[in-house]
Amino acid sequence: MRGSVTTRSFAKGRRSFRLGEAAVISGLRCATYVILLAAGCIFVDIVRKGAPVVLMAKPPFVHMEFLTQAPQTLHVFRDEAGVERRMGELDFREYRSRVGRDVASARSYPYAGGGILPCIVGTVLLTAGSIAMAMALGMLCAIYLSEYGGSGAFIRAVRLAILNLAGVPSIVFGLFGFALFVLFFGWDVSLLAGWCTLAAMVLPVIITACEESLRAVPKTFREGALALGATRWQAIWTNVLPHALPGMLTSSILGIARVAGETAPIMFTAAFVMRDNLPWQGLRHAGDFFFQGVMALPYHIYYLSSKVPANEYTRDARYGTVLVFLVLVLAMALGSILLRARIRRSHRW
Amino acid sequence: MEKDATGVQGPGGGDAGGDPIISVRGLDFFYGPLQVLSDISLEIPRNLVTALIGPSGCGKSTLLRCFNRMNDFNGDARLARGSIRVGGVDINGPDVDPIELRRRVGMVFQKSNPFPKSIYENVAYGLRIGGVRRKSALDEAVERSLRNAALWDEVKDRLGDSALALSGGQQQRMCIARAIAVEPDIILMDEPCSGLDPQATMRIEELIQELKEQFTIVIVTHNMQQASRCSDLTAFLHLGRLVEFAETMRIFTNPSEKRTEDYITGRFG
Repeated sequence: MRGSVTTRSFAKGRRSFRLGEAAVISGLRCATYVILLAAGCIFVDIVRKGAPVVLMAKPPFVHMEFLTQAPQTLHVFRDEAGVERRMGELDFREYRSRVGRDVASARSYPYAGGGILPCIVGTVLLTAGSIAMAMALGMLCAIYLSEYGGSGAFIRAVRLAILNLAGVPSIVFGLFGFALFVLFFGWDVSLLAGWCTLAAMVLPVIITACEESLRAVPKTFREGALALGATRWQAIWTNVLPHALPGMLTSSILGIARVAGETAPIMFTAAFVMRDNLPWQGLRHAGDFFFQGVMALPYHIYYLSSKVPANEYTRDARYGTVLVFLVLVLAMALGSILLRARIRRSHRW
Repeated sequence: MEKDATGVQGPGGGDAGGDPIISVRGLDFFYGPLQVLSDISLEIPRNLVTALIGPSGCGKSTLLRCFNRMNDFNGDARLARGSIRVGGVDINGPDVDPIELRRRVGMVFQKSNPFPKSIYENVAYGLRIGGVRRKSALDEAVERSLRNAALWDEVKDRLGDSALALSGGQQQRMCIARAIAVEPDIILMDEPCSGLDPQATMRIEELIQELKEQFTIVIVTHNMQQASRCSDLTAFLHLGRLVEFAETMRIFTNPSEKRTEDYITGRFG
């Protein structure tokens, strides 16, 4: 009798049930593999095509001029020995004056030579500035919404507005920034206009994420502080914010990737196709720093892909830029991940 | 004093002589449309332990949180009628600063809530936010509070360690130390032993006995043995009403209300 109870209770379920279960699991697994595959393909393709442009086999293993020069026109020609040579505009001029004659066989390809230093610098500046701006504003807004806001009609309207903002296409932010910052405020195409536009674009993401991380801090931390006679702000400042900070930084990591990668918001507000000076060169006074346009990686890629005649040389420059871009975003994200880990270590609960 | 305070405080409340530190008159309290306390009147005397008992949802925690206005943070909470006086002052009056009130009326929560800081910083927290900066004053207050909370000997060598490394009972005693560091007059305890084992519970109960020399203690408890062991007065609440408020001894041996007797003998609740 004991045996019969056991067999009845623990007998395997119906075959169709078990098959269904297995089907669900393998379906889920397949979906995951598809995503992995897609991401892997993109990454491999970029590395395969971009690596030869950026890296080389002998020391220093990196084509330094690609990282330290501005984009130039590429000249391809045969020298006296009949060997094919490639030179950027500056080197080519010097070569030409040295040999003292015109190089008849030379063909030139705009934007395919030189490097992308101004784009790297521009993207780093744009990203850092707009993230700083968006984090500052977003954190304050999130603190107000989650700690003080309550649930009145006004707060509901604000939340709705934030949600809507998150759904606005980035080109619309670009046009908005162009109309408001560039034209109306008269800032021209400038870093400042780009920062504000990009910050407006990521704000909803950052506010939402900051609010989430504030809400994740246990209520007991607030109550404990309040019951000891803390003011609300004291409780938030000493006992809530430090613990919400790692989560807030996570949102900034997401924001970095988004901000660095967007082309549309900066194409009317901050990006130049070509600029000889680096942002810190040729400033008459320090304030001018904020009112200058910069080159940027995504815009450069866009320009190389669609605005100049396509050929194998621009293709190389494009993939090289893409690879550098990828590594740069990765590095910036890694930076904030490390920062977050450090803060987390000191504020564990 | 004790005798005056122990009569049942019905509607309108008998005028207690002596010196009640907390005096509640005709209190009606709502969460939104839901009335959680109806016509509560009672007077809590100084330097005694008063227990609030009653089944879940009877409003005992809400009542406790009225005493230091912790309900302020619940947007729906509303005191509809009646008054609460602490040390003779109507704490819902327009001139009362709730921050100052909470420094006079400390609170220990149901779940011990150490902040993820060092033991030292936990105990010093109330003083720091109150503006005390001098290291020697903080050191002195931390030691005194931890001694008072019977925790000093266990933690004196590791004040810099995280408070989260303490055991549950130690954490709760540390929370008590944190509450007494700001030298309140009253300590409110909201089921302080609900998550603790019997050993740790016993230590807290002993501590409560020691603390009542210096403080007035109001304790909400689910545990009737606990109320009978460590309180001087007991108030029994049921469905938002104060059913009976008397000396603990009398409540547990000879209650005057049928409902009180049913509850303490375990017939409901």
